[in-house]
Amino acid sequence: MTGIRIGQTAGAAVLLALFVPLLALAIRADAWAGLTARDWAAIRFTLWQAAASAALSVLLGIPVARALARRRFLGRDAVVLLLGAPFILPVIVAILGLVAVFGRSGPVSAALAWFGLEPLSIYGPQGVLLAHVFFNLPLATRLILQGWLAIPGERLRLAASLGFGPSDTFRLLEWPMLRGVVPGIFVVIFLICTTSFAVALALGGGPRSTTVELAIYQAFRFDFDLSRVAVLGAAQLALAGVAAALSLRLTVPSAFGGGLDRAIPRWDSAGLGLRIQDAAAIGLACAFLLAPLALMAAQGLPALPDMPPSIWGAALRSLVVALAAALVTTGLALALSMAAIRAGGGWVEIAGTLSVAASPLVLGVGLYILLLPLADPVALALPITAAVNTLFALPFALRAILPAMRELDRDFGRLASSLDLSGWPWLRLVALPRLRRPAGFAAGLTAALSAGDLGVITLFGAPDGATLPLVMYQLMGSYRLEEAKAAALVLVVLSIGLFWLFEHGGRRASPE
Amino acid sequence: MVDDVLHLNDVVLRRGDFALRADASLVAGKVTALMGSSGSGKSTLLAAIAGFEAPVSGRITLDGRDITDLAPGDRPVSILFQDGNLFPHLTVAQNVGLGLRPDLRLSKQQVSERDQVLARVGLGGMPDRLPRDLSGGQQSRAALARALVSGRSWLLLDEAFSALGPALRREMLALVRDMAESRGMSVLMVTHDPRDARQIADFTGLIHEGHLSDPRPTSPLFADPPPELLEYLGDSRSD
Repeated sequence: MTGIRIGQTAGAAVLLALFVPLLALAIRADAWAGLTARDWAAIRFTLWQAAASAALSVLLGIPVARALARRRFLGRDAVVLLLGAPFILPVIVAILGLVAVFGRSGPVSAALAWFGLEPLSIYGPQGVLLAHVFFNLPLATRLILQGWLAIPGERLRLAASLGFGPSDTFRLLEWPMLRGVVPGIFVVIFLICTTSFAVALALGGGPRSTTVELAIYQAFRFDFDLSRVAVLGAAQLALAGVAAALSLRLTVPSAFGGGLDRAIPRWDSAGLGLRIQDAAAIGLACAFLLAPLALMAAQGLPALPDMPPSIWGAALRSLVVALAAALVTTGLALALSMAAIRAGGGWVEIAGTLSVAASPLVLGVGLYILLLPLADPVALALPITAAVNTLFALPFALRAILPAMRELDRDFGRLASSLDLSGWPWLRLVALPRLRRPAGFAAGLTAALSAGDLGVITLFGAPDGATLPLVMYQLMGSYRLEEAKAAALVLVVLSIGLFWLFEHGGRRASPE
Repeated sequence: MVDDVLHLNDVVLRRGDFALRADASLVAGKVTALMGSSGSGKSTLLAAIAGFEAPVSGRITLDGRDITDLAPGDRPVSILFQDGNLFPHLTVAQNVGLGLRPDLRLSKQQVSERDQVLARVGLGGMPDRLPRDLSGGQQSRAALARALVSGRSWLLLDEAFSALGPALRREMLALVRDMAESRGMSVLMVTHDPRDARQIADFTGLIHEGHLSDPRPTSPLFADPPPELLEYLGDSRSD
């Protein structure tokens, strides 16, 4: 069947795109020097901040998830939606918002000063943790909530008829569930935090808070020391590879799974104390997520008219990169899925998922080395960005599309093959019409992630070829914070808007 | 089409503990019912004939041609399942058209052929409806229409109408019989209900203790049931 061959070719292409740049870098790094003390410090900090961020996110996520699992209230759906938002929120936007709230001139520092205390400093390890918790607390909450909602209702009814109190329910039902899901969730967040770059770039730095990714950026950008990039890249690959392998072994609920819109009726939680506790958990979590965005919007709106015109060119470039990445990623994910559901197609799925453990910066440097003899990599910064974004969004797109493709094959595979319906007609008549919803979701997710990405573009983005996140970062670097906030608003509208358009479009066009 | 005999030459199917051996010839141009207790492998045998299950050994030949290794779409065989016979997002006309050309690029002649068959199964007025807007009986008719236009010589029914009520099911079986007769199609139907077999089947085969041998003419078989049929019928004999 042609569909399988196309999918296998795509899988092979993805593998080549991931490994050839690495190989180029490994060959080019003539002297494989050992790790210096500075490198070890970066590795230690990477591990420490990832572990601390994951632990904080999970610990804080548990009470919020529990509150959402057992309470029904007006606006619960909105809270669940809000918990999904940080995933597609551009990192640099969130950082700007966090600086606005927790920075030296923010309201929290002002309140502390009022009590005669020192103002906060957001730059340094604490800032890195804060930003990582901002992004991963909602993820942890959603994943833990899924575990909670997976506790069968009849068991809770049985518990109620046996007269369980809240502590009995916790000990006998909730604790075993948490013990099952929390390790997997911890490792996933750990993995995300080991590979996060933009947070460390904006809030970290210096000997105390440099991650491996940031050290790779500095080695390339400031020293053009390719050997060091290679050594650090290998270290990064080992770190993330181990975490990714661990996360595959542990069960993790799907982050995209639906069905979070219900609360399980509970009979043990009607006490006033527990109700206050739950209300506080949900209220604080919402405030933590909303305050940075609200403050940033309030400060950015008045500055909109003063925005430098360079913003609009950058926005256009980001839009083009996002659309290209969305199109290619969704197409790739569809092709890979067609091959992955067949016997012997397991390697295709793995090929499409491998990039979770890769480093965008190492890949970017590898591509730079490959392209240098052929063309000016700086002139190709945007296509390279789109390509790297495609590779890194692919695992998410695959996670959305592959299960749907599997289900489609289960429901209609025999019917189709008995009608000799395969290859392109199958894609056109069956797969595309029936997979519009997951495909729209995958495209929207990729577009949003790509529009907001501040990664490989920082390596060789020229000022006149910058994307919107890079322009924002440059504005922040020159302390033009009001303009940066205005640009952030444009970026939020761009990436959330793209997500909404694709996701909503796919949903509207999907049958039933 | 009298030569379109379906030969199961010592076909052995195995899945885990389950094993079925079929050594039988099915007569062309007739309706054959396939019976057997649940788990006896009726549906598995049908799946093997349609190309979804590979036999461990033995050959399946149709009209002298060995079809054992052909892909499902390349066999001169249509199959109707218990459900999921129609693509829910395609219209009735599109679903039926798939039987003529899987990419739906129909010629004028094919379009008129499709419309004729739609009219014959009683769906003439509703080519643009989606399956969800049809009743269960109409959905079965649409699936049958697709099998008819495909021009494949054998029609396999895998308890295709068991979700319908008794009256509707009898009506569908009668329609199948009429259509098959007028087009010279051969029918092999899996059923667990002896009434279905007695209603339309010229021949009836019984899977007993993991074995299928040549089906026998239905009326004499039921008039003087052998012990294995008596065992299968049990209390339902009086039906």
